[in-house]
Amino acid sequence: MLVRVSGVYKHFPVGGFGGLAVRAVDGVDLEIRRGETLGLVGESGCGKSTLARLITGLLPVTAGSIVFDGQDVTRIRGARLRRVRRRMQMIFQDPFASLDPRMTVGDILQEPLDNFSIGTLRERRKRVQELLRLVGLNPNFTNRYPHEFSGGQRQRIGIARALSVNPSFIVCDEPVSALDVSIQAQIINLLQDLQREFQLTYLFIAHDLAVVRHLSDRIAVMYLGKVVETADRNDIYDKPQHPYTKALLSSIPVPDPMVEKGRAPITLKGEIPSPVNPPSGCRFHPRCPIARVPGVCSEVEPPLEPHGAVDQVAACHFAGQF
Amino acid sequence: MAIPVAAMEQAPIDWEVPEVQVGLWADAWVRFRRNRLAVVGLTIITFLIVVALVSPLLVHFGLLANPIKQNVDSIETGPGVNGHLFGTDILGRDTLSRLMIGSEVSLTVGLLVQAIIFPIGLTIGLTAGYFGGRIDNLLMRFTDIWYAFPDLLFVLVVVSVWRLSGSWFFQLIPIFGAIALVNWVGLARLVRGQVLSIKEKEYIEAARSSGSPPLKLILRHLLPNSLGPIIVTLTFGIPQAIFLEAVLSFLGVGIQPPQPTWGQMVADGVEAIYPNPTGVVFPALAIGFTLLAFSFIGDGLRDALDPRMRR
Repeated sequence: MLVRVSGVYKHFPVGGFGGLAVRAVDGVDLEIRRGETLGLVGESGCGKSTLARLITGLLPVTAGSIVFDGQDVTRIRGARLRRVRRRMQMIFQDPFASLDPRMTVGDILQEPLDNFSIGTLRERRKRVQELLRLVGLNPNFTNRYPHEFSGGQRQRIGIARALSVNPSFIVCDEPVSALDVSIQAQIINLLQDLQREFQLTYLFIAHDLAVVRHLSDRIAVMYLGKVVETADRNDIYDKPQHPYTKALLSSIPVPDPMVEKGRAPITLKGEIPSPVNPPSGCRFHPRCPIARVPGVCSEVEPPLEPHGAVDQVAACHFAGQF
Repeated sequence: MAIPVAAMEQAPIDWEVPEVQVGLWADAWVRFRRNRLAVVGLTIITFLIVVALVSPLLVHFGLLANPIKQNVDSIETGPGVNGHLFGTDILGRDTLSRLMIGSEVSLTVGLLVQAIIFPIGLTIGLTAGYFGGRIDNLLMRFTDIWYAFPDLLFVLVVVSVWRLSGSWFFQLIPIFGAIALVNWVGLARLVRGQVLSIKEKEYIEAARSSGSPPLKLILRHLLPNSLGPIIVTLTFGIPQAIFLEAVLSFLGVGIQPPQPTWGQMVADGVEAIYPNPTGVVFPALAIGFTLLAFSFIGDGLRDALDPRMRR
């Protein structure tokens, strides 16, 4: 076990009186095993990116603990937290926003090395060139500025930066969603090659289910600040236990037009509820196609419990019954 | 410590990027040069700086009339009379020479006030914006209090209470001190706003997750990225300060004679505006052109540095 997230909450106060808060992450339990890729999926606004920032210590938690490699990162700050960051890096969603426009690519890549005093100055310079080569960029580009590169190239620079300090764990926060489809494949292949090469552990956040299926060993599904189902990749695709997972999966288009024609995707009714005031009981019940027992789904919050296959957990009173 | 070398075979080199290689600052300079008015402004200011530096020397070597030498035989002459290219004033002093010597006061006030404002506004704005919360609240309320002072009134009070005698530079100290005290507020607010917006950018998060300590975040990332609007604001502050100094001198609470300043010259000229209007017109034009030139430069800088204009 590399990362254990238990009972993590993150509430953002929305000002004013009455103590209202956006419950971005509202009681998440999650485990990430050494060497695996855990895919984290869910609609926009369900708290995926917030969870990523909590795990990497970029945001403080409201409650709960996040244990990374035996150390609770929610209880340390300052210089000690910075030391942990050497083993835990992040790849960001928007390659146009994640590189400082006033710095050269060489400076951007060298910054983490400087921060952790890795090697001599000459070794750092060499390492920067090596990193560029590693992600498939010309090593002579060190004195170029980010705006001279394309989106895919920039994302490679972002990946090189994450790799620079030889981390063991990388959080990829929708690293391909801002890229063209053709470029997406290149970046995904690069990520896979690097994982094999350096025995990396990934938390891969996405809303593209096809991408997640291709990359992940296990998949966790989030809905409105909570994890509703976690399972092995194949189990979750073959026999989803939570109705939300099933609806999400049925929204993946099938590339065969004949199959696609005869397919009836489950459409969820209504909007995603406000995270300021989530529904009572099971927070999926207002949109759930199977919430049929009044007084249960709308009253009692279902815990994450084993259902279906080995290693599969789902938070639903009627898991698998549809 | 040895760096672990990746034992990966060389990956294929990705697509080339275009041969150009310019930083954002160099890019901004190219755009600035394309703005004709800004270049005109820059030329005027450069000329003015040369004048301010050279004219004391010219007076010293007798190439320019002494600006404080009075001459009762040629009072309020029009331009070109008795070898006075721009005429003389009420005491028979050469207007051209006084204009040229007076430029040093205006330029000094304009530039030095900004030099005082810059560190104050920057420190307060950066601190408030970066740390936020209670510190932000405290600093910004303090700023609001300063903002509430009426500019001219405050400066007038300070200048009439606190006077230094001696060379014109000494006399200037209370003046630019007072102007700076009422003008740093705008810069502090601007810097805070910049920092608040840039702080949320992903590259700041990226720098944090790369292990950069707070001071490095501020100096290496936040400051360079908010410098554009800061430079523009400082540039627009220069004509404001020059104008305020001229107003003070016009009112008689600025630099004391014999050191000529443009505001004082306008005040002197007003007394004889009917027989000799040029005594008002020339210093007024000097003030006007200087303000205009700085404004052109400010406009040019704003267009050149504005991120929304970036390709």
